[in-house]
Amino acid sequence: MYYRRTLTDAQINRELLDVVFRTPMWWVVIVSCLGLIVAGAASAFGFMMNQGLGVTGLQQPIFWGFFITNFIFWVGISHAGVMISAILRLSQAEWRRPMVRAAETMTVFALMTSLLQPLIHAGRPWRIFYWVFPYDWARGIWPDVRSPLVWDPTAIITYLTSSSLFVYTALIPDLAIIRDRSTGWRRTVYGILALGWHGNPRQWKLQGIAGILLSALILPVFVSVHSIVSWDFGVSLVPSWHVTVFAPYFVIGAVHSGVSAVVTLMILMRKLYKLENFIWEEHIDAVARLLIVVATAWLFFFWLDLVFALWLKEEQEMTVWHLRLFEPPWSWLFLAFIVFSYIIPVPLWMFRRVRRSFTWMLWTSLMVNVGMFLERLIIIVPALMRKGPWVFTYDTYRPSAVEVTLIVGSIALVALLLMLFSKFFPLIPVWEEKEGQKLIDEVKVGDRVIPALVKEH
Amino acid sequence: MANTKLMGLFQDPEQAAGAMTKLKEDGFPVEDLDVYSGSPFPEGSFGEHEPEMRLYMFPLVGALVGFAIGLLWTAGTQISYPLVTGGKPLLSIPPMTIIMYENTMLGAIIFTVLGVLFESRLPRRNLGLYDERITEGYIGVIVDCPEERATAAESALQGAGAEEIKREEG
Repeated sequence: MYYRRTLTDAQINRELLDVVFRTPMWWVVIVSCLGLIVAGAASAFGFMMNQGLGVTGLQQPIFWGFFITNFIFWVGISHAGVMISAILRLSQAEWRRPMVRAAETMTVFALMTSLLQPLIHAGRPWRIFYWVFPYDWARGIWPDVRSPLVWDPTAIITYLTSSSLFVYTALIPDLAIIRDRSTGWRRTVYGILALGWHGNPRQWKLQGIAGILLSALILPVFVSVHSIVSWDFGVSLVPSWHVTVFAPYFVIGAVHSGVSAVVTLMILMRKLYKLENFIWEEHIDAVARLLIVVATAWLFFFWLDLVFALWLKEEQEMTVWHLRLFEPPWSWLFLAFIVFSYIIPVPLWMFRRVRRSFTWMLWTSLMVNVGMFLERLIIIVPALMRKGPWVFTYDTYRPSAVEVTLIVGSIALVALLLMLFSKFFPLIPVWEEKEGQKLIDEVKVGDRVIPALVKEH
Repeated sequence: MANTKLMGLFQDPEQAAGAMTKLKEDGFPVEDLDVYSGSPFPEGSFGEHEPEMRLYMFPLVGALVGFAIGLLWTAGTQISYPLVTGGKPLLSIPPMTIIMYENTMLGAIIFTVLGVLFESRLPRRNLGLYDERITEGYIGVIVDCPEERATAAESALQGAGAEEIKREEG
């Protein structure tokens, strides 16, 4: 990766901490709009709590709809953040620098939002505590550890705690930078958060080790979390869910949607926060190349899922797939899902011009996530419709306005949390950018002078 | 006798490295010297003291603690109210391993972060001898020395090109 402009430490501080010390009007407008949408969604949730789950489109036999789809969707989005950051840190890839913090932060907020979905889905969120505490205090009956509904929160809380600690550990040096530039109460708050960081060689060495060690520890957690989420389906006996391929299929699907979300986030960040000196075409190009591989691997697992079902010719499985592939509206949604997730974006990403175009990459990465939301919906709902041999009356699922409002609200919530985070903390690690600047050089090879990177081994 | 802490501020890392060399030549033990910077420099850039660390112990201990909690939780909750299903063994090992695995990893990660903080000697209540310009790119060379050697340390820092020298009485 090439550094085009040499920046001093003071310039890096100024450019990356601009929004922290100054509140632009566009920021206020965006945050207000997002806040209104979130408030609308909270009202819809209040209405649903008051009226009961009857205001949703959930009905016999389909009791998993938009909320569970959204849960899987946000867990998926959360995956790529830490994955991309951990892999790039472990491999010491130089182009990681501008993307790691935003990706990790997105992980945290997407996970928080995903955790809200089962709470909303329960209709009576306080009942969720039965997952953690004995549901019969008198006799001491605890939740059944054999149930995936206990594995899920265990895995997600592990991942959320780990990701939050991962973000915070790498944030400490930047908190010290903000502390040194602040006055009054802000200085006190940032001083407490920075824990008295000085930046001596011992602390820097540990910061480097922490990045690598935590990456190594968090990667297996990342794989386990979406595998466990897939077992919510895999260990059931519902036709088309009871398949062994679900764990890798879910993980790779999560990476596909998550990495696309990282691309969307980086492009929006670059535009909004004027980060042209830090996020370049080369970064997006590199992620797009990664996306081609991930998307193709995901397509392979999708194909496995389909072929295994067809190969067995098991009637229940066949009817679910028939429903997905040939009966509207599912057939249309299926077509949209496969076209948006693979057929349009991947061939486009083959072209260098597309990979290096912020506009093309923004739209194609958004398209992938529309497709991946549909994928989760198609996995969940048709399988629950109980259509099978000799079943003549079955009904489809129609999400209600309350559910649609809550889905839109969840997107606004993640965006709002990211915007608020960016007001108080830099979305690009300031100290990592400064370190990167120190390692650049130019090397003359023949008649050419090429950008080079100096690294110790 | 009380110790004095001095900090020389340098704009140029070469000068800071020169100051460290001079201080060592003048007999200041390397353990009493420190360097503050706003971003990491390659190890040994300033000829600083190589600290001994035991970070590797933390994830190991954390993993053991997490595993133990996972085992207690999964086995304990099943034993506390035994519900035998279909004559199968009470403790269902495969699902227990899922929760134990997550707890093991969580323990390892939490202890790693605690280890990083402990080994970094954080949190510190006050900053002590410090300058905000360090996070603007300046390098601070710190000398912790007895009062009577403070003048020698100051002249070494001055000689190496320190822009400013700060002092804190111990």
